[in-house]
Amino acid sequence: MSAVDLSRWEPVIGLEIHVQLLTRTKMFCGCALSFGDAPNSHTCPVCLAHPGVLPVLNREAVRLAIVTGLALGCEIAPHSQFHRKNYFYPDLSKAYQISQYDEPICVGGHVSVLTPDGEFEVGITRAHLEEDAAKLVHVGGGGRRAGAESSGVDFNRGGTPLLEIVSEPDIRTSAQAGAFLRQLRSTLRRLGVSDCNMDEGSMRADANVSVRPAGSTELGTKTELKNMNSFRFLERGVDAEIARQVAILEAGGAVTQETLHYDPDLNEIHSLRSKEEAHDYRYFPEPDLVPVVPDRSWIEELRAGLPELPVDLRRRWVRDLGISFEDAEVLSEPRELVAYFEDVAGRVDAKAAANWVRGELRAQLRELGQEPWESRVTPAHLAELIGLIDDRTLSVPLAKEVLAEVIASGAAPAAVVEEKGLGQISDEGALVEIVERLLAENPDQAAQLREGKDKLVGFFVGQAMKASGGRADPARVGALVREKSGLS
Amino acid sequence: MPPVIDDATVRHVARLARLHLEPGEARTMEAELSGILEHVDVIQSLDLDDVPPTTHVLALENVMRDDVPRPSLSVEEALREAPEVVEGRFAVVKFEP
Amino acid sequence: MSAPHELTAEQCLAALRSGDTTATDLVEAALARVEDDRWGSFLAHDADRARERAREIDAMPERPPLGGVPIAIKDALSTRDLPTTSGSKILEGFRPVYTATCVDRLERAGAIVIGKTNMDEFAMGSSTENSAYQVTRNPWDAERVPGGSSGGSAAAVAAFQAPWALGSDTGGSIRQPAALCGIVGMKPTYGAVSRYGLIAFASSLDQVGPFARTVRDSALLLSHIVGRDEMDSTSLDWAEPIRLPEATDLRGVRVGVVEELMGEGIEPGVRAAVEVAFDRVRDMGATIERVSLPTSGYGIATYYLLAPAECSANLARFDGIRYGAHLDDVAGDLLEHYEQVRGRGFGPEVKRRIMLGTFALASGYYDAYYVRAQKVRTLIRRDFEAAFAKVDYLMSPTSPTTAFPLGERVSDPYSMYLSDVCTIPVSLAGIPAISIPCGLSEGLPVGLQIAGPAFSENGLFDVAYALEQALAFDPSPPGVA
Ligand SMILES: [Mg+2]
Ligand SMILES: [Zn+2]
Repeated sequence: MSAVDLSRWEPVIGLEIHVQLLTRTKMFCGCALSFGDAPNSHTCPVCLAHPGVLPVLNREAVRLAIVTGLALGCEIAPHSQFHRKNYFYPDLSKAYQISQYDEPICVGGHVSVLTPDGEFEVGITRAHLEEDAAKLVHVGGGGRRAGAESSGVDFNRGGTPLLEIVSEPDIRTSAQAGAFLRQLRSTLRRLGVSDCNMDEGSMRADANVSVRPAGSTELGTKTELKNMNSFRFLERGVDAEIARQVAILEAGGAVTQETLHYDPDLNEIHSLRSKEEAHDYRYFPEPDLVPVVPDRSWIEELRAGLPELPVDLRRRWVRDLGISFEDAEVLSEPRELVAYFEDVAGRVDAKAAANWVRGELRAQLRELGQEPWESRVTPAHLAELIGLIDDRTLSVPLAKEVLAEVIASGAAPAAVVEEKGLGQISDEGALVEIVERLLAENPDQAAQLREGKDKLVGFFVGQAMKASGGRADPARVGALVREKSGLS
Repeated sequence: MPPVIDDATVRHVARLARLHLEPGEARTMEAELSGILEHVDVIQSLDLDDVPPTTHVLALENVMRDDVPRPSLSVEEALREAPEVVEGRFAVVKFEP
Repeated sequence: MSAPHELTAEQCLAALRSGDTTATDLVEAALARVEDDRWGSFLAHDADRARERAREIDAMPERPPLGGVPIAIKDALSTRDLPTTSGSKILEGFRPVYTATCVDRLERAGAIVIGKTNMDEFAMGSSTENSAYQVTRNPWDAERVPGGSSGGSAAAVAAFQAPWALGSDTGGSIRQPAALCGIVGMKPTYGAVSRYGLIAFASSLDQVGPFARTVRDSALLLSHIVGRDEMDSTSLDWAEPIRLPEATDLRGVRVGVVEELMGEGIEPGVRAAVEVAFDRVRDMGATIERVSLPTSGYGIATYYLLAPAECSANLARFDGIRYGAHLDDVAGDLLEHYEQVRGRGFGPEVKRRIMLGTFALASGYYDAYYVRAQKVRTLIRRDFEAAFAKVDYLMSPTSPTTAFPLGERVSDPYSMYLSDVCTIPVSLAGIPAISIPCGLSEGLPVGLQIAGPAFSENGLFDVAYALEQALAFDPSPPGVA
């Protein structure tokens, strides 16, 4: 796809995001939610749509929807209603999806999205509850639909509670789309609403994309780009679609309103238009479910219980702690990590704390499959370790060694330093002795150094580190080498 | 005047409803639906502007259940009535998307 | 004592208590008549299961409240392992994995399911002629329909095949066949009985209710199935238990006669019989006045938009994938398979209603048809509210005619729809109504419909019981017992 001149065109993007809610049971029946269990092992007459069954609404799904709405600045509708959305597909047992139509539970919110380059606003049109479809597996023929020998349906996922969040078309770039979705994901995770795993399908994003001439306020014809299952694919898919539309418009053509599919392997857009006529979902109010009229006191209770949201946390950390946006983003979820980091940052310099928690600590723990808050390294330990660097007891490489020992034994860093004799040589006399000995032992190099070959300072520092078992302070050694060679 | 139910309407609606109609059946349907619509069209004469629709005759609201798992069917029972099963799943006729 | 099959449920219970009979005796008597099914009332039964259950109950140290009384169940109700078809080919051979809440409650109380009764396919019809399986004959005249859609249950009770039965009523499907078969049929307040396990026709209208030969048996049956069920969001807590009626007079009761349902379209013989009943009502001390339900004339139009719309969605699940009829001769793709399974599995009336309902909901027609019909429903409800501000109960014929000859209305759907002209407004309002036999017209039973405000079940039973005593109708069809 050729590069596009975007100075003449403005993309207009809105997202529709489906998230699976973290309930224990399905939306309308008592089947436990599962992932990866034997096909059809979590089904009952209700989710299999046996004749005569009826749906009963899961209160927890409603609670999670309200909590989300409150976090996204929505109004919680005083009266909401479920509708039937009618269409035939083998993964939809009743041949209608119970969803919300003109009376969704959350309406009209907005969020401020924080990026390294500043903040931008995205309106939230609505968020509504509905049920997920089952999983259709194509057996034989390589697993692709066309030419499959046959297909089979596993209803374990059928009826999983979903929240569909629809944004206003306030997004202008694929990067903004990604930033909005990332922030939404951390928000929903922080709220305990969804685990938002795009690769497992618990968060799925569709993008409505149109472009218009720069400066225009009218909306162009939009297309709907379906189910991009990673942030990278979302951004690449949106870019590809923008490029496609601009190419059409620049050639004097018109964009057709249609549903599209992004193929990440080929970086191509395909039409999903079926041979059939357009859908007519024949929405009508679900007679089997009564209206949801949430108690004001319940809503206020849920509002009062909202945690500090990732966006607020990040804004506060960047402003008050002076850490970078990237550090703040990484450290702001999950909530255990937030607590861990804040504990460390309360004891030592926040930037150093961010650096160590995000960097070395996570890197070393990753090898062991541990998270910081589950490890033997308490926030107090990490703060102590950072303190030992600050007071020059430990060099950074030594500190990493000490950390490994703390991870293994759970001993306090100072105790590790003591026990292993790892502290830096702070005795100036001992360092002078080492440096003088090395200069004497390596006369050729020493001579070149005296002639001004600066690079050889590094050679002597390296030798000094080796000779001291890493306990020498490299900066101090370097200074001594220069001094003794008459360079400084 | 009720809308005209012609052959195209019958075929469109039958497709939406996934109902195969034999040609003779479709012709009968056209006549019968037209006849019934003529009768039900009497409601067009009422002034209903300020009348709210009745979706539920009951005044119930907020009927919800606790998020507590209940036993599911055994896989065997779940599949028991299926006309055809493939690898523990309900078999679906081959189709193009 | 009468023969076991002639006993009412109350008499069965008395005989069981006194030791004059056993569950096994009652079940054997019923099974004999179910197996000699001259009326075509039953679609399925499981004699072994019923006998086994009777033995178990007879062996219990303490007999459960309905300990051993047989009951017939409309085939629209899901019964675990017992064939359940809702009268449709699309469910041929289907054995549910669960039992409807109301049936489960009855079985727990000791009732014994004696069989599944014939019905119009998916409860769509007023003559039971739309059953995909068989014709059911009216025990009063074998050449006439039993009414419908619960015609099998009505015929079974009228023909002494069971003392009582469950039916379902969406627009009159209990009351109208009860009227045509000379028995008592009751549609409770919408939400009184759990719909869980009732194969849905029109969800906002469907209600399960009792058939019996006496008003007290109706009340007894309802008392065991009424009340909130956590599997049905629209089921109601029932604060006041249903009790057995004992009223002997109607002093102080204000009765309204529905003006619109006493004129044109009502057979003279039917009108004459209900007028006799009105005289008895007056004799027993009630006041009678004429009351108008001005919008009730729009009932049929409203009903034939709303019910088909709901049924078009409710019947969409029958796709031949998870259960039901299997086709292995469809060459085409999935779309073709859907259309063939449904096109061949559903009968003409069901297809007609699915088409009508799909049309009423389709884009471009939704506001003019579905939404307008919902608004008319509001007007009809208001008519009843206004009437109940003046009177306690409303009376009318249950059906405009007595049982009509088999085949008479099959070719003209709209004439069949008119069979429910008296019952449909009540259904749209969601209020309870009972039909009791009030006499004969040319040898055929006539039903009187008594409707009351929501939750007035106990009062309705009182009025119906007092009137039943005064009318002393003999529910034995000639030559049947
Ligand atoms: Mg959706
Ligand atoms: Zn389930």
